[in-house]
Amino acid sequence: MSNLLTMTGKELRSHFVSPIAYAVMAFFLVLSGFFFATAVLFSQDSSLRYVFSDMSILLLLIVPLITMRLVAEEKKSGTIELLLTAPLRDGEVVLGKFLAALVFLGVMLAVTGYYALLIWIFGKPDWGAIISGYLGTMLLGAAYLSLGLFTSSLTQNQIIAGALGFALLMLFFLISWVADFTGPQFSGVVRYLGFTDHFDDFTKGVIDLKDAVFYISVVAVSLLLTVRVLESRRWK
Amino acid sequence: MIEVEKLTKYYGPKAALIDASFTVKKGEIVGLIGLNGAGKTTAMRILTGYMPPTSGKARVASYDVVEKSLEVRKRMGYMPESTPLYTDMSVRDYLTFMGRIKGIDRRSIRHRVDDVMKKTATTSYSNNLIGTLSKGYRQRVGLAQALIHDPDVLILDEPTVGLDPQQVHEVRKLIKDLAGKHTVILSSHILSEISMICSHVIIIHEGRIIAAGAPGSLSRGNTVRMVVRGPERDVRMKLGAVDKVVKVGCKSVESGLGTFDVDCAPGADVRERLAHAVASNGWGLLELSSGGISLEEEFLALVKKEVRI
Ligand SMILES: Nc1ncnc2c1ncn2[C@@H]1O[C@H](COP(=O)(O)OP(=O)(O)O)[C@@H](O)[C@H]1O
Ligand SMILES: [Mg+2]
Repeated sequence: MSNLLTMTGKELRSHFVSPIAYAVMAFFLVLSGFFFATAVLFSQDSSLRYVFSDMSILLLLIVPLITMRLVAEEKKSGTIELLLTAPLRDGEVVLGKFLAALVFLGVMLAVTGYYALLIWIFGKPDWGAIISGYLGTMLLGAAYLSLGLFTSSLTQNQIIAGALGFALLMLFFLISWVADFTGPQFSGVVRYLGFTDHFDDFTKGVIDLKDAVFYISVVAVSLLLTVRVLESRRWK
Repeated sequence: MIEVEKLTKYYGPKAALIDASFTVKKGEIVGLIGLNGAGKTTAMRILTGYMPPTSGKARVASYDVVEKSLEVRKRMGYMPESTPLYTDMSVRDYLTFMGRIKGIDRRSIRHRVDDVMKKTATTSYSNNLIGTLSKGYRQRVGLAQALIHDPDVLILDEPTVGLDPQQVHEVRKLIKDLAGKHTVILSSHILSEISMICSHVIIIHEGRIIAAGAPGSLSRGNTVRMVVRGPERDVRMKLGAVDKVVKVGCKSVESGLGTFDVDCAPGADVRERLAHAVASNGWGLLELSSGGISLEEEFLALVKKEVRI
């Protein structure tokens, strides 16, 4: 436990000293602020529903930028060898990196909380929908982050890691379109794997346990795969 | 402290380490020496539990490095090749992090960090970012990191590579001071360095251990080198007849000048008698030097011999 906290702390620190992280955060806040302004002006939306949908797409672009460096950089510089020969489990290294990225995402989303405050000052927010929207965004973001972390473990080149991560996220994002072309017996399965279908309910204020379980499963599988990749040096 | 038995490692079809066996006693400093690609890093990575061997066994402090990897890592400090460090951390933050993941508790960490910084003379840089330090100081921080949890065993992969002569000297001294308290394995491709620091040398060539022993036992202890103008056979015979001479070897003959290595009994100084033997036969003595053949030459000879086989 103490190992995990130490690892998470070190990773958090490296997020907050990285200029890329601040650029990413600024990019996210500026664009989502723009979406918020237009949504409020044109749709009189009090649930932030459209803002959450827009954020889910923004995160698609942003998460690979957050995660690409996580393992690839340590592989390149060789510091991974120090981590993996310290009395730490490979799982603690991976989980620590994931948790720190999740905290970073949480901080970024927390800053957008002022949208809700603005609605509260000038109108009547739909708190239920807003809270479930944030929950959904965190869950979706967690799934994205875990996939990005996985692709970062595959290579020591950050750019390749980022591109792979983006490609993988796009795949999950677009997969429900494929469902329209498969026969009816497959469309259910394919649709289930898509990221967006699970997300829509959250933005409408509906928290469905099945959707939460879906995202958490994606996280679990990605993190396990990442641990496997780190262990693969033991098979070669 | 360290027992290695028939360690073999294949990368795909390529063997990087073949049947390597050696033991290291507590408090010894052992040098692994070999050319680039000899298998030094591979051997060290197996000992640190970074990767398992294809076959064979290794034990550190009587724990198997594969089955009891975590136990081994708790007792081991490792400085990988080219000393990877987190360049965006300060020296103190970095050492604190490394100490914490090596199991030092929150209460004693500050004290331990101060302690290793003092030991490695990095205290005055404690708040500097590692990225801004010179190569020599980075090496010290790498060493401090390896020492932070006061491990029984230290594994240092090429600790002096890329340093300037002054830094090399300082880092060597640092390592030498660690002897006794820690058991150290270090690697190098410079033999003279190893013979300066280590109590024991292991020569690796193309994945095999081709020689091992104390540095003294590897060099041909008491040897006098002579360059003589005269008929090779006769010179060898006459020099061999001198009292206390064990063996005379002829290294080369070039335009009548023969280079001879005269092995003498330990402790005997026969230089004057050798010079007299040459002069009294009317040959020319152009050079006479004692001190033996350097380990470097011996190492190269061993490597060459191995290549021929
Ligand atoms: N990860 C790896 N994959 C494939 N071959 C490797 C790997 N690491 C080292 N080798 C090969 O194994 C041999 C021994 O390498 P190494 O142990 O690094 O030697 P040294 O440290 O003595 O220079 C070399 O021929 C090297 O090319
Ligand atoms: Mg090496």
